[in-house]
Amino acid sequence: MENEPGALSRVVGLFSQRGYNIESLTVAPTEDQTLSRLTLTTIGDDRIIEQITKHLNKLVDVVKVVDLTEGAHIERELMLIKVKASGAQRAEIKRCTDIFRGQIVDVGIQVYTIQVAGTSDKLDAFIEAVGDAVILEVVRTGVSGLSRGEKILSL
Amino acid sequence: MELLSGGEMLIRALRDEGVKHVFGYPGGAALHIYDALFQQSDVQHILVRHEQAATHAADGYARASGETGVVLVTSGPGATNAITGIATAYMDSIPMVVISGQVMSHLIGEDAFQETDMVGISRPIVKHSFMVNRAEDIPATIKKAFYIASTGRPGPVVVDVPKDVTNPHDKYEYSYPDNVKIRSYQPAQKGHSGQIKRAVQMLLEAKCPVIYTGGGVIQGNASESLIELARMLGYPVTNTLMGLGGYPASDKQFLGMLGMHGTFEANTAMHHSDLILAAGARFDDRVTNATKQFCPGAKIIHIDIDPASISKTVNADVPIVGPVETVLQELIAAITESGAQPDQAALQDWWRQIDEWRERHGLYTQSRYEESGGDLIKPQDVIKILHKVTGGDAYVTSDVGQHQMFAAQYYGFDKPRRWINSGGLGTMGFGLPSAMGVKKAFPDADVACVTGEGSFQMCLQELSTCTQYQLPVKIINLNNQALGMVKQWQDMQYEGRYSQILYEDSLPDFVKLMEAYGHVGMKVTSYDELESKMQECFALKDRVVFMDIYVDPSEHVYPMQIPGHGPAPSGAMKDMYLSKLERT
Repeated sequence: MENEPGALSRVVGLFSQRGYNIESLTVAPTEDQTLSRLTLTTIGDDRIIEQITKHLNKLVDVVKVVDLTEGAHIERELMLIKVKASGAQRAEIKRCTDIFRGQIVDVGIQVYTIQVAGTSDKLDAFIEAVGDAVILEVVRTGVSGLSRGEKILSL
Repeated sequence: MELLSGGEMLIRALRDEGVKHVFGYPGGAALHIYDALFQQSDVQHILVRHEQAATHAADGYARASGETGVVLVTSGPGATNAITGIATAYMDSIPMVVISGQVMSHLIGEDAFQETDMVGISRPIVKHSFMVNRAEDIPATIKKAFYIASTGRPGPVVVDVPKDVTNPHDKYEYSYPDNVKIRSYQPAQKGHSGQIKRAVQMLLEAKCPVIYTGGGVIQGNASESLIELARMLGYPVTNTLMGLGGYPASDKQFLGMLGMHGTFEANTAMHHSDLILAAGARFDDRVTNATKQFCPGAKIIHIDIDPASISKTVNADVPIVGPVETVLQELIAAITESGAQPDQAALQDWWRQIDEWRERHGLYTQSRYEESGGDLIKPQDVIKILHKVTGGDAYVTSDVGQHQMFAAQYYGFDKPRRWINSGGLGTMGFGLPSAMGVKKAFPDADVACVTGEGSFQMCLQELSTCTQYQLPVKIINLNNQALGMVKQWQDMQYEGRYSQILYEDSLPDFVKLMEAYGHVGMKVTSYDELESKMQECFALKDRVVFMDIYVDPSEHVYPMQIPGHGPAPSGAMKDMYLSKLERT
């Protein structure tokens, strides 16, 4: 979409106005500074997804809409998670982080801050693995996605 | 190159866009613009008495003329007062540009005096909006605003202009762009040829077809093509509330309006059809009744400029995205080229069936209301007499309620753009200001505002604007001393518990009220004087005349579709109450 003030609010407003749900949303400018790329996840049957696509296309600020789930695609989400880590826990959490190919990016006397990237499912699984009891804080970026192979989204 | 201030550029851009009339109301944030307006004579400003009326007047102007309506208001309350009219235009896809003053840039976000986030407040009810940050951007922004408002599926566009951007001391080079290109906005120019082929085949194979058309035929100037196609095929045509006049009501192929208060024959034919050609109509809930039961045997071809309108509520078998006028012409060409004819025997049977329905319960061959035995005037008769007196050629605006439905059912519009009402949003108060807009566009035409004493009081301050600008509209007030449509529903669904619909003798003396504004008021209470007074009303060419016509307060609008939750059989197009005593 156009990298213009108000463009994001039109997209978000469309969802609330028409009763659609936003599961996650990420947005940032692209290599072309006049454009922003937004990845949004939502849930609905084919009819609802078709309506959402059509309504998004109607927004003047929206340049192009692609449903990534129509083909093979890559999804990634980044999570930062702060967990209580003391004594024997520290080694256990470190192991768990390694298994999920995460990184401990900050270390405190009682805490670790861990970065994990992957599909949303993997992030959910990590949260489950470390267990609710030790989690102090979680922040997730929401999903970003690209289609696989030669296919590119261009104007 | 000429140097102009932001305020001057704004007005000059309007002139260069071909704008003749602007409806508006000044205020602090818009003062620089108003000062620029004062110093020129190309663009005429009409000072309304409330910003809502400015939007409705511009809306009526647009609906009647096809030009984009233009509104100028100030920030804060000026902007919020315009909201109802913007939403009205949005729901009916009316081209409109609304320019709102905004507080100075450095004050935005500080809760400054008369500050409101106009772009934010209007966002769900505009086609697009702009906030102008630099005076140099004004010409290009105005060009884009008009382009977006008037092309594709038309709609209102808001341009919010902070006061400092219009500062008379800061001058810039002015040139108005010749054209505009927006990379993310490219409305379809023609229908898909493959879909046209499929549509033609289905059209020619149909045994019980109906052509169902809406406001898109009016807004898209497709009436002539519709007539050409319908006559070529010999198929029956029905119009939505928004589409009336798209096909001539007096033509024998016309079934009348369809939907909640549509005719028996239109709704019944739709239900039993095997093919529906929908053009510029959006299968609104006031048309379809319960969508699950909608026309069970019908295949649907849906032509619309807006892809999001297709398969939104009812699935289309053949969607065709494109301008209605172009697509209808493509269909006509493809049918001609195919050399094929519809199945004449099947069509004859279909017409025989339709004529039988029309004969049995039709609006035009048989009264759908009891003939008046006494003195009480039937509201339907008022509309028939209005048709007679105006030769069926008036521009008729309306408010919202029973009078609106009676006008839609009984006026019999033969031409597009003659019927001007708030169909989508259903805005009471629309009638008088929109009539002013129509009169401004067509000063020599008869303009009648069919209203009720409830709706009329929502914008009656505009009587003063009519005086100031000599806008001699005729106001036909169907006075039933109650909020009639609400009363009808309370009769039918709430066992006659009349909650908050009566005025208890508080209605003004409308005749005196008119005289206070310098207009003519007439009170009509019996049939004896109805037609002669109506003649007198329209003979007073240069006066605003208000006919306060006392009508039978017990009258209901019929037919009326029975909703899905009503007594069975209900929910389908064909399920209707036909009068207080009969139902299908």
